Amino acid sequence: MPNISQRAILLRTFRNNKTSAVGVLMTLMVVAVALIAPWISPYDPISQDMNVQHAPPSWVHPFGTDSYGRDQLSRILWGSRVSLVVGILSVLFAMAAGIPLGMIGGYKGGKIDNLVLRFIDVFMSFPIVILGLLVLAIMGPGLIKIVIAIGVALTPRIARLARGSTLSVKGKEFIEAARAVGQNDGKIMIIHVLPNILGDILVMGTLWVATAIIVEASLSFIGLGVRPPTPSWGAMIRDGLDQLTNAPWLSIFPGLAIFVSVFSFNLIADGLRDISDPKLRG
Amino acid sequence: MGCPYLSWERRMLKYTIRRMIYVLPTLWAVVTFVFFLIRIVPGGPAVAALGSYATEESIRELEKQMGLDKPILVQYATFLKDLCRGDLGKSLITKKPVSSQIAQALPYTLDLTIGGMLIGIALGVPIGIMTALKRNRSPDYIGRILSLVGISMPEFYLGILLMYILAIKLDLFPVLGGGDLHNLSSRLHHLFLPALTLGIIMTAFISRMVRSSMLNVLREDYVRTARAKGLRERVVIYKHALRNALIPTVTVIGIYMSILMGGSVLTEIIFSRPGLGKMMVFAVKDRDYIALQSVIIIFSAFVFLFNLLTDLLYSLIDPRIEYH
Repeated sequence: MPNISQRAILLRTFRNNKTSAVGVLMTLMVVAVALIAPWISPYDPISQDMNVQHAPPSWVHPFGTDSYGRDQLSRILWGSRVSLVVGILSVLFAMAAGIPLGMIGGYKGGKIDNLVLRFIDVFMSFPIVILGLLVLAIMGPGLIKIVIAIGVALTPRIARLARGSTLSVKGKEFIEAARAVGQNDGKIMIIHVLPNILGDILVMGTLWVATAIIVEASLSFIGLGVRPPTPSWGAMIRDGLDQLTNAPWLSIFPGLAIFVSVFSFNLIADGLRDISDPKLRG
Repeated sequence: MGCPYLSWERRMLKYTIRRMIYVLPTLWAVVTFVFFLIRIVPGGPAVAALGSYATEESIRELEKQMGLDKPILVQYATFLKDLCRGDLGKSLITKKPVSSQIAQALPYTLDLTIGGMLIGIALGVPIGIMTALKRNRSPDYIGRILSLVGISMPEFYLGILLMYILAIKLDLFPVLGGGDLHNLSSRLHHLFLPALTLGIIMTAFISRMVRSSMLNVLREDYVRTARAKGLRERVVIYKHALRNALIPTVTVIGIYMSILMGGSVLTEIIFSRPGLGKMMVFAVKDRDYIALQSVIIIFSAFVFLFNLLTDLLYSLIDPRIEYH
């Protein structure tokens, strides 16, 4: 475990890292939008008004209206909720499944490790979107199911990282010391291994949230997202695609929203990686 | 462990066989997983394909036609046997062999992924070198921000933007379709925008990778030695640093191909390219689980194949690798 002064240095480096700072700020804004969407949305995101179909951006409807005359801005603001909830929950799901798996494989070694490695290889052979699509095709659409589908697709990736980090911690003296005083494996993994590998995993965590947001958007673009009329960015782009020639704003604004959220998480991840790899610092 | 007495070709062959022995059981596990997952669809694939209004009779008939009425282990054995012969079964909807459908779609997807990878390498490697050499100066900042933009961009959104600007507004490229496979100019003309879409995203990934491995290599002793010997900077960079910096990049090309395969699904939908990705999404919509099962197996088989090729390429360019 890094001692206090090391932590202080890391914290200071993080604060001084402009990339991360901008990323944190942008992410907080996206999260704030999701939280206060009901109060800042100018219109009801699902109420239709057939008199203003495909209205171009204007002062009344800053991002225009869609084929049902629904206000695009309001739908985008509300849509942030689906993206963030799925993005964060699916990564938590994958961590809950992947960390124990990788840790046990790395710590126990031998046959168990081989089994874990095989599992990782099998599931890594599916591109994330394709595994997510397969799981959703079986279970049918719905918010919780999307979380499970993306979580399952991310699990082997997190397990692989957890396994690698565990291997590098395993040989350290404090683990041997714990074993020497007779602590059992489960206790050693939870008390000694987990806190030491969590740092690596959290650094990558922001990157995975970004990935999960893109995958959610992709799946709802394909039509496997939350059920309409609940607004989600991917589905909005798909609905807008048919109108690309006469109403391009229907695809452009929701896409921008996806990009901004993913970009802010990636900024944090980028900064964190610079910090955790001191050779690249500066 | 090296085998110093074997010729280079023999060692390479041995290495390839060793890798295959590891890959084949994993591929078998993938196939088995997909097979059983598909069979847990509520009501079974036949019910799903025909919809909940179908009569009992028509469901039984389809199940009989497709062999879905037999015990699951018998189905599994038949499935494996057919698979080894290259028979992927018949589509639940069109009743045609899935393998011929895949054979038609595959070239479109391979064109797209390989084209995307080539564009990514052609742009990503020079950008990565440049940003590393100009570290912490403005070209580096611009390059890094652009590459972050690239990896944050969903491919379907980038595809739509490119389509809107280059195909709809400027009318430079066809908006939809895959072109005629037997006509090279039509094929390339239709390929350009979708491949550019994936290529730009690949550029972002590759340039980041090249930059960081280049930075690592420039710190190495042999680069310092080369400079100390008084070699020209150009020689130091291209002869000593670059070759070593590219090695870690090659190792991840397999992973990038997997990202590209995933990205090709959505890119094909946007540009209406009749490839595997489009076939897969249609299979999901039609609830044609036999077609879905086959396409997914083919996708992962290609991921395995690309990984294997990457491993071999890696051992080719890095003489330090011992084939074990």
